Amino acid sequence: MREKATTLYIGPQHPGITGNMMIRLKVEGDTIVKAITEVGYLHRSFEKLAERRNWLQAFTLMCRFCVPEPDPVEETYSRAVELLEGRSVPDRAKFLRVLVLELARISSQLLWYGGQGASLGLYTIGQWSVGDRNYILDLFEELTGARVYHMYIWPGGVRRDMPEGFEKRVLKTMDYLEGRLDEYEALMFDNAIFKKRTQGIAIIDKEKAIEWGVVGPPLRGCGIKSDIRIDDPYEVYEHLDFEIPVYEGGDIWARALVRRDEIRQSIRIVRQVIKEMPGGSYYNKVPNPQKWTIQKGDAYARTEAVRGEIGFYVVSDGSNHPRRAHMRGAAYVHGITLLEDILKGANVADVSSIMNSLGTCPPEIER
Amino acid sequence: MSFFDLKGTLSPFSALKQFGRKPHTIQYPKEDKEAADRYRGFHYNEMEDCIGCGNCSTICQNAAIDMVKVEGQEASKGDSGLRPRVDNGRCCWCGLCVDVCPTGSLSLTKDYLYVSDDADSFLFTPGLDNPGGKDNVSFFSTKESSLNDFARIPMPELEGKERIKSFAEVVLGYNEAEARAEASRCISCGLCSEVCPEHMHIPEYINAIAGGNDQDALRIIYDNNPLPEMCGKVCTRRCEDVCAIQTRGEAIAIRWLKRYATETADNAELIREIVNPEIKEANGYKVGIVGAGPSGLTAAYYLALRGFDVSIYESNKQAGGMTMYGIPKYRFPEDSLQKQIDYITSIGVKIHFNTSVGKDISFEEVYKQNDAVFMGVGFLKPWTLGIEGEELKGSEQAVTFLHAANSGLQVDVGDKVAVIGGGNVAIDAARVSARMNAEVTILYRRRVEDMPADWEEIEGAEDEGINIVPQAIPIKFHSDETGRIKSVEYLKAKMVPDEGGGRPKPVPIEGSNTIVEVTAVLGAIGQQGDYSFLKGEFEEKIKTERGRFVVNEFQQTSDPKVFAGGDAVNRTADAISAIADGYRAVKGIEEMLMKKA
Ligand SMILES: Cc1cc2nc3c(=O)[nH]c(=O)nc-3n(C[C@H](O)[C@H](O)[C@H](O)COP(=O)(O)OP(=O)(O)OC[C@H]3O[C@@H](n4cnc5c(N)ncnc54)[C@H](O)[C@@H]3O)c2cc1C
Ligand code: SF4
Ligand code: SF4
Repeated sequence: MREKATTLYIGPQHPGITGNMMIRLKVEGDTIVKAITEVGYLHRSFEKLAERRNWLQAFTLMCRFCVPEPDPVEETYSRAVELLEGRSVPDRAKFLRVLVLELARISSQLLWYGGQGASLGLYTIGQWSVGDRNYILDLFEELTGARVYHMYIWPGGVRRDMPEGFEKRVLKTMDYLEGRLDEYEALMFDNAIFKKRTQGIAIIDKEKAIEWGVVGPPLRGCGIKSDIRIDDPYEVYEHLDFEIPVYEGGDIWARALVRRDEIRQSIRIVRQVIKEMPGGSYYNKVPNPQKWTIQKGDAYARTEAVRGEIGFYVVSDGSNHPRRAHMRGAAYVHGITLLEDILKGANVADVSSIMNSLGTCPPEIER
Repeated sequence: MSFFDLKGTLSPFSALKQFGRKPHTIQYPKEDKEAADRYRGFHYNEMEDCIGCGNCSTICQNAAIDMVKVEGQEASKGDSGLRPRVDNGRCCWCGLCVDVCPTGSLSLTKDYLYVSDDADSFLFTPGLDNPGGKDNVSFFSTKESSLNDFARIPMPELEGKERIKSFAEVVLGYNEAEARAEASRCISCGLCSEVCPEHMHIPEYINAIAGGNDQDALRIIYDNNPLPEMCGKVCTRRCEDVCAIQTRGEAIAIRWLKRYATETADNAELIREIVNPEIKEANGYKVGIVGAGPSGLTAAYYLALRGFDVSIYESNKQAGGMTMYGIPKYRFPEDSLQKQIDYITSIGVKIHFNTSVGKDISFEEVYKQNDAVFMGVGFLKPWTLGIEGEELKGSEQAVTFLHAANSGLQVDVGDKVAVIGGGNVAIDAARVSARMNAEVTILYRRRVEDMPADWEEIEGAEDEGINIVPQAIPIKFHSDETGRIKSVEYLKAKMVPDEGGGRPKPVPIEGSNTIVEVTAVLGAIGQQGDYSFLKGEFEEKIKTERGRFVVNEFQQTSDPKVFAGGDAVNRTADAISAIADGYRAVKGIEEMLMKKA
């Protein structure tokens, strides 16, 4: 017998939703028959605001596109501006940028551990990982002066050099974390509940993933090796030794494995960056921001953020502010098109877990 | 998956280990975590170092900073007297304000906690409201991390050896790219305009140059200065002394930028075409001007634009006053001056050359023929040293010598010249003598750092091989058999601190008599006014004080119909002050005559 469909509203204020958005679910019993996403509860027209700010001022907006991973956005904007202007960046700055990007990746994945675990009722893992993430935030605080919104990578390089003894503290934190990862994995990946709730759940079809522009861990969890750091290397990635974890299956489990392994790869990168950090300047000073103009033109830069590829398209009309600063992020596809599709036929109890596995980020959708 | 996952059931219990570990969070008694050494918390401002330029307020993309009047901070040269006030309800602690602060006075601290139910208390004047922030400064500005550009684009110049071969202009001028780059350093704070005697619209024209709009720059400049190329080459540029960037770096080359803008129009017609001034219809009033120096020319130009019928009486055969006959040509070439004079006459100003007021026409006549009179007669009469031998052949006053040299007359100073004095006139006389192939020595009473001359001029003189002998007080000139000067005798001086708190005084050292052989000596210890053209009732009516005319804020003398300006009025005695006087007098004359109507 066909059950009568009811409508459920999840969000915009819901602990299981990654950020503030709403999903209207038509359910029959526990099964979702239709999902309609609704965004618009957040945010603040960053792209438009950037047009009212000069090239440098605009950089302070960029971190706000996505709370869990602000740094890749800063970096991509800065690199797009540098590309547009033809400004070079000192090698040391590039290494420092990669250091920040990979620490951000670790920090963001640790936050994911928390979200993914909690969405399935596994709360301990989140308490651990978010606690340990604080040690990374401590490092950020030391290097950049802020814990979450760093505003550190800016056009021309980075804002400040490493403080005395910073390298040592980074390596110490990496050693500590590496030891903790085994414990996380025992708690989560060796957990029968976790396996049961993720294996074979929310499978993304490989062809669809390519066609729809799915990126990052969800794409690599479909067995496709795609990562901008390798495919179109930027900063100093081409000189670094690391692997791109890829898993078959397309389910939450596969995406989780990708993320799990990526933390270890990031630690590997951080260690190399610290070891090979060149001397010299960290910053190729831009002109006085009030009068810094960039010749007419446009440029596009892309980065492998934690959620996947993001891109920045910047346009200059020759003045001292962007005519357009448009960001292409993973969240639109993952959080709207893909999510609506994948929720069809899913269990209501899995909504939050699915969202966490896709890395949807409503603030970035509503940029 | 097997039906019963034994490992998957037991593994999670590994979490029990956690019980034996130290917790992440520090428990009781509660300890606050100290913020990192670079933490971006609340602002702190070092009040004494801050100059109130407002660049923090300009950069803040959250509009969190406004500049406010603060008790105890008075406006002064190079300090607006305003201080930033931060709205902590808007601030996002990006720290851009810190990174654009030219003085480095603004910083962020480790403090970040503040709780209050009084919303207004989140408006906070750093430094004033948290004097203790000083000890907690964490995110601050260094010259390396700063977004200010502290280094000036160097001005191309002729080499020292090359220079003394001719009177060719030493400074070569910025090219377009150099000018744009230099202009781009300016933060548009306007502190310079406050100090400029003429309050020229400096940030506005620099902005135009930075943006590639040279013609706009020229129009803005002509708004209140009709001799900008003169200023662009020789201005004393007190504006640069207070430039915000100069607090930790090299001031914006305001003078060279003005020069660049003016040089883009290389003839009077082009200036006229670009400036395209509005010339008012004749208003029927006549103004007579005595002296075609900078003050007289300025008054004439703006009066003519406002519809006055203007006639200048000038004793020399060329206009420009001391800028024509005093300033040497390698600093201010004649064609540059001529171009500006041509432009001024092109809008209707009449100049009667070779017409000395008091000789060729009486002051009374000028007074009667006109509705108002402006006197820009300068300080033309040199002081003499008053020592033995000063009347000898070969002993001359520097301004007389420069006048002759600038008029193109043959002047013979021989091969060893001593110049006495430490001001710009002394340096000019020395550098001109060097161009006449003489070996030149400057004798100055005090130390080099006390010399009133422009430091760039002193450096220029040294580059050209001029020998500066400081702490030297001439006491006698000796003659040879023919009655020509042969040597200068001077005493060395020691510097004695002034009890009144003034600058140290040179006191001659007994028995330190030293002799320098010379073929000529040029005295450059200052000039005074010559007002002998004011005869009869005018001598009485027009009051002077310590050798200068007494005027009100409109440059009006004690005879309401007579105005005065330039060196004969102001103590700063430079071209821009003369221009400012002339400009003010225009307002005064307009006010007086037009109101009457
Ligand atoms: C050697 C030297 C170098 C200098 N260098 C600089 C410099 O680098 N930068 C700077 O800013 N300033 C400089 N100055 C100062 C500057 O030239 C003067 O401050 C400025 O010219 C003063 O302008 P003024 O309007 O008072 O008239 P002045 O330039 O003094 O001219 C007065 C004019 O009035 C005329 N005049 C006087 N009496 C009569 C009369 N009775 N009848 C008719 N005409 C009369 C004179 O012939 C003269 O043309 C220098 C001065 C000298 C002497
Ligand atoms: S820290 Fe940033 S947001 Fe705060 S006052 Fe300074 S410029 Fe404005
Ligand atoms: S020239 Fe210097 S003082 Fe003048 S507006 Fe520019 S920065 Fe400010």
